[in-house]
Parts: sequence; C-alpha cells; structure tokens
Amino acid sequence: MVNAHTFYAIAVMALITALLRFLPFLIFKGKASTPKLVEKLGRLLPSAVIAMLVVYCLKDMNFSAMSNYLPTLIAGLLTGVLHVWKGNTLLSVISGTMCYMLLVQYVF
Amino acid sequence: MSQSTRQAFIETIPVMTGYLALGFGFGIMLKASGFPVWLAPVMSITIYAGAMQYVAVGLLSCGADLLTVGITTFLVNARHLFYGISMLDKFKGTGKRTPYLIFALTDETYSLVCRNATHIPPEKRKHYYFCICFFNHCYWIAGCTLGAVTGSLVTFNSKGIDFVLTALFITIFIEQWRSTEKHYPAIMGAVVTAVCLVLFGSENFMIPAMFAILVLLCIHKEEVSHG
Repeated sequence: MVNAHTFYAIAVMALITALLRFLPFLIFKGKASTPKLVEKLGRLLPSAVIAMLVVYCLKDMNFSAMSNYLPTLIAGLLTGVLHVWKGNTLLSVISGTMCYMLLVQYVF
Repeated sequence: MSQSTRQAFIETIPVMTGYLALGFGFGIMLKASGFPVWLAPVMSITIYAGAMQYVAVGLLSCGADLLTVGITTFLVNARHLFYGISMLDKFKGTGKRTPYLIFALTDETYSLVCRNATHIPPEKRKHYYFCICFFNHCYWIAGCTLGAVTGSLVTFNSKGIDFVLTALFITIFIEQWRSTEKHYPAIMGAVVTAVCLVLFGSENFMIPAMFAILVLLCIHKEEVSHG
C-alpha cells in the first residue's frame, strides 16, 4: 500500500499547505499596509470557502435511492441542529458521525 | 511552568479534546484503508491540517496523480492564506519562532491566536504564541497516532467514518455564519458551488467553483456602514 508515490503525494500536500500558510508573510513582509482588495478577500473568502466545502462533502448524494441521500441528510441535520442548540463542536461532530455510521451500517 | 506557559495550556484544552477526537478518527480511517500505523505520525507532523488529512486518505488510497493531489490541497487549504494576513502584525518580533508559528497556523490554532492577548505581558507573548502552536501540534500528533494504533489492535466496521469531515465543515459553517453580519459570501459560496456541481459534474466542479467565487468576491461592492 505504501510506495514511493505515497511519499511524493505526502510531500506535495505538506509543501502546498505550508506554502499557503507562509505566502502572506512572504508577500507582505516589511510592507506597512495590506492592499484593500486582499484585506477584503481576507474577510469574505473564509465563509465562502467553508460553504463550498460543505457542498463538496455532499457531492456524492443522489436521489436515485433513499440510501443515497437519507443518511447524509439525517446526520447532517442532526449535526447542524445540535450545533445551533449547544454550540459544542466536539458534541456535534461526534453525534453526527455516530448517527451516520449507524445509519449506513445498520439501517440502509 | 511559567505563567504564560500555564495560560497557553489552559486555553488550548478545548482544542486538545477536539484534536484528540478528530485525530483519532483520522488514525482509524487511515488504518482501515490499509496503511501502516507509522504513516499517522508522519502525516500529522508534516502536513498538519485536519480536514486535508481526511481528504488525503482518499487521495492516497486511490493513488491520485500528483497534480490532482496538489490542486486538491490548494483548494481545501486556500483559506489558510487569509489567516496569515490577519496575523502579519501579531507575529512581528517573534524572531526565530516565527517560521514554526506560521507553519502551525491551523484553523483551531488561528482561532486561539487571533484573539486579543492583552492578558499576557508583551515580552512574554512570543513564548505564549509558541506554546499554543506547539501544544496543539502535540495533541494532533497524539490523536492521529492513537487512532491508528487502536485501529490496528481492534477491528471494527468503520464504514461511514468519513462523515466526520462533513460534520466538521457544517459546524465551522455555523460558527462563521454566527460571527459575521453579512451572509452574502456564505450564501454565494454554497449556491455557486452547487450550480458548478450540476454544470460540471462531481469530478470537475471544484476549480470552476473556486474561480467563480474569487471573481464574484472581487467585484462585490460592500455597503459602507455610516455611523
């Protein structure tokens, strides 16, 4: 399972992750202020990207059979409702995941 | 233990519970996909990005080509670009610790270090930031490794454990929604991505979605609040 490709892939992931974290510091090193557009993107992009990632996680849902969407829908709703109600990330994530696992393993 | 070290430890306790649990899930998933235990510490030390490591298990097990691996990493972690922008000033003067502070800037670490540090004396702050980053990294490595070890000792049906990632993004989405007044970026991000998914299919929709979101945010005119 582990071969040279595994290490190359891990190296690429580590390098790009680090690059993304370092880039702002490298670009704006020594500059007094950050450009307005960058500052605006810095504020607005995180919400948009998280919304994009939520949709990304739901991409394999399809409505051809109940088992292809109901577990995701139920567990996703449970996660969301719990989080709005209690605001505890750990509780929401663990409950949602356990619910999903039970649904796909025993119900559907 | 100095005052600032203790303060950093106390403040990282919520992240400790989160990282141990999320890391544990990653370790279990990694082992269930047929990878050896030692890959868990290797990945959690070098990549050190929660959501990305879950995605990585999928990429590694299907043997995705390096270009796909690179683009996916870029998309999943692009938000980290913007954490740096808001930390430019805070990390000034942290000296030889700065590279590590930047390397360790995960979502959770960012959520701790972006807050006001007025309760820490200015001369102690670099040590305080370093402790937060280092403690969090340790929790993550420990969680990932424990999960992989557990996964190799007990066999259980881990089908569906990848939902942990979906659940995590849902909770971050709600947090973001609550912490912002204007919801245009969140709504636009979801709608644009969904439209791209329908138009381009589940294999090719992420790059057009990312591009469209960037363009729409750049041309978006913010209402100037008076008063």
